[in-house]
Amino acid sequence: MKPGHGEVLVAEGDVEVPEDERELVEAFRRQLDEGLWAAVPKTTRNGRREASMVKSFDEIPRDAERVIFFPRAAGGAR
Amino acid sequence: MLLALCATGIVVGALLAEVLIPRIDAFLERRRERRARGESGAIGYDPGRERRAEQRARQLLRSCVNNEEWAMYRDLGFLRVWGRGDGYAYLIYPHKPIVAFVPQTRELLNEYCVEFPDLSRPYGSARLPDPDHVLAKWMALTGDEHGLIRRANLHQPGRQVDPRQVRRDLWRLSEWERARGSVSAP
Repeated sequence: MKPGHGEVLVAEGDVEVPEDERELVEAFRRQLDEGLWAAVPKTTRNGRREASMVKSFDEIPRDAERVIFFPRAAGGAR
Repeated sequence: MLLALCATGIVVGALLAEVLIPRIDAFLERRRERRARGESGAIGYDPGRERRAEQRARQLLRSCVNNEEWAMYRDLGFLRVWGRGDGYAYLIYPHKPIVAFVPQTRELLNEYCVEFPDLSRPYGSARLPDPDHVLAKWMALTGDEHGLIRRANLHQPGRQVDPRQVRRDLWRLSEWERARGSVSAP
């Protein structure tokens, strides 16, 4: 997510392909280094939709379709 | 006397020109450069880009939440998210605090004020499109409720969101669920 722009594709690839996976890991780290949060939307066992916050590439389920990066939360107007 | 004054004026004018002309040239050059890349060096406001961002954000939100939640946002303009604990839920509005409430009694509990600022301002605006702002809150709340609540500024109900509006929205939500035949339960 980017202010004034909406969704921006950062990287895409197949984690089963080593070259793709390397690029995905690098892109993932780059986004986190820039201070963004990462989340993976998923469906729970009881059918509800929710997100998993992930802090390392290993935490991303191998079958995840995508990871969404968004600015970190901060306390708003006081 | 007049000749002396004219000569002095010419000399002063020449000296001033010597000092001022390079400065004027530099000022005009800087202005040309600013115009070439947009005022103040950033990409300016573009309503078309903002509208496209809003559309993309709506698609992204729709692809992340379930059908009922998407319809709720589309029809009512907010999302309800159930709390991890028993007996409370949240209303997520775009660019407004998250409001915690008790669904059974419609009692308002707290406002949690939270923002998702992008300090790099890459596109001239630090604001996420409305659906992105709702999605960011939804992801943070469903992914790490306590973490988000810890970061938020806590206020009593009514600090920023009018309690009458929230109660009206809760009534609209119950009517909306009744019309859809859906059950209001976590």
